[in-house]
Amino acid sequence: MLTISLGHYLTVASILFTLGILGIFLNRKNVIVILMCVELMLLAVNINLVAFSVYQGNVVGQVFAMLVLTVAAAEAAIGLAILVVYFRNRGTIAVEDINAMKG
Amino acid sequence: MFIGLESWTLARPEIFLAAAIGLLLVYGVLRGEAATPFISVVTSLALLATAVLLFMPYQEGTAFASLFVVDRLTVTMKVLVLVGAAVTILMSRGYFENAKAWRFEYPLLVALATLGMMLMISSNDLMSLYVGLELQSLALYVVAAFQRDTVRSTEAGVKYFVLGSVASGMLLFGASLIYGFCGGTAFVQISQALLGGKGAEIGVIVGLVFVVAGLAFKISAVPFHMWTPDVYEGAPTPVTALFAVSPKIAALSLTVSMLMGPFKPLFLQWQQIILMASILSMALGAFAALRQQNIKRLMAYSSIGNVGYVLLGLASGNEKGIESVVFYLSIYLVMTLGVFAVILLMQRRNVMVEGVDDLAGLGKTHPMLAFAMMLFMFSLAGIPPLAGFWGKLYIFIAALEARLFMPAVLGVLASVVASYYYLRIVKVMYFDEPTDALDYGSGFAVNRLVAFAAAILVAVFSLMPQPLSLIAAAAAKGLFQ
Repeated sequence: MLTISLGHYLTVASILFTLGILGIFLNRKNVIVILMCVELMLLAVNINLVAFSVYQGNVVGQVFAMLVLTVAAAEAAIGLAILVVYFRNRGTIAVEDINAMKG
Repeated sequence: MFIGLESWTLARPEIFLAAAIGLLLVYGVLRGEAATPFISVVTSLALLATAVLLFMPYQEGTAFASLFVVDRLTVTMKVLVLVGAAVTILMSRGYFENAKAWRFEYPLLVALATLGMMLMISSNDLMSLYVGLELQSLALYVVAAFQRDTVRSTEAGVKYFVLGSVASGMLLFGASLIYGFCGGTAFVQISQALLGGKGAEIGVIVGLVFVVAGLAFKISAVPFHMWTPDVYEGAPTPVTALFAVSPKIAALSLTVSMLMGPFKPLFLQWQQIILMASILSMALGAFAALRQQNIKRLMAYSSIGNVGYVLLGLASGNEKGIESVVFYLSIYLVMTLGVFAVILLMQRRNVMVEGVDDLAGLGKTHPMLAFAMMLFMFSLAGIPPLAGFWGKLYIFIAALEARLFMPAVLGVLASVVASYYYLRIVKVMYFDEPTDALDYGSGFAVNRLVAFAAAILVAVFSLMPQPLSLIAAAAAKGLFQ
């Protein structure tokens, strides 16, 4: 019978992480999607941490995961706030329109 | 685990700063906008008082179950960071008053970011590293977008936020792998695991690469520099001045203490990455700045180039190398603060201007200021006998001692190319006809003071370089015991 080992968790986490990174750099449509991708990256990290923590039998990884969750919430709040002030000035949040500065 | 009193006394400066920020925040909320001038001055004083507390009395050791470490390197770096933040807060007033954005949150956010930097410099565990880094970054995202009614500032905020979060994500992913393969997050555990032969495992190497990539984002080393020019150009100028000094020094200090601390056993692995980043940064900083017309953008490329030199010192990996890093960063702090003090004075009839051409004829209209700017430019270009020359000299000597001949030669060549755009500013100031003279208002007395003080330091440094080199040597020694 197939058992789920550490390797499976790590594979899922790295796939999620890669999706997050690709989403940020390939996405040309909407900044909200970028915020979602950032969350995806942090979730991948959490899967890693919890999987390692259980596998090694020490609790440090789970504590770390809690810290990451908390900081991720604060980060999302600040990101959305900055996005709102940007939208007020610019009237759009399409990624291709974020181009006031070039050089 | 019992946390004894010595933990609290070791973290005394940080606790003092946190308490001061809390009190000032309450005061600001109660008094409103009217309290802004008072709060900005008191915040700067609190930052300087924190720097004094680091020495009185000076203690070494680890605290809070070894999450937090204090030694000569961290204390030296913290002083640089605190001075940078305090001076930029003092210099901001005129700019923000012109922009009608002089609000009391600004100095407090800068102080919070500085607190984050201090935690990050002192971190001795992947967890405290991450929390300190995020405290710094979250506060800085907000100050980048602080002129919330302009497109440029908010756009700088969005860009900084997105790329900063990617960097944190990469750093964190690396941290999770290192935790998993080393069996702990404390630097001591990591170091023991690596010495015990875990260093050869592919998971550790991949984790190290991710952590270095995340840190490279934060110090804006090539190839992770792409956010720097846009954010530097778009952010309000006092914020750009802050970005160019404190966060950069803090992140470089963290890079040094991580790579020379727990990851020392993997020296041969990370040396290649750092060398590559160093050479590319020096080259890009030299070539990309050549055609810049905006002086803030130019300073962004200049700072990328400067990070390249610092990384060359780090890549040397010997005591001399770390000494040269501390030495270079101290000189870089003074030069950059001076340059930005001048940039913040550039205004015409209450409108801030930031083109290189706007400096035309400054030598005739404001000879003192032009002379100060000329000293900074010669110093940044590395022309003896100014301070910048000694910084570069130390770095190159360290690189040669570590037998990094090729990178050192490339660094000298990049420095030659870079002097073109520094000297172009001198040429514009002294030989171009003044189009429309710059003036400066009454809120800028501090900036003139900072510019002249920095100019004097840069000019007379050659007469007494010993104190700084002794401090740098003492800071570097701690890592090699």
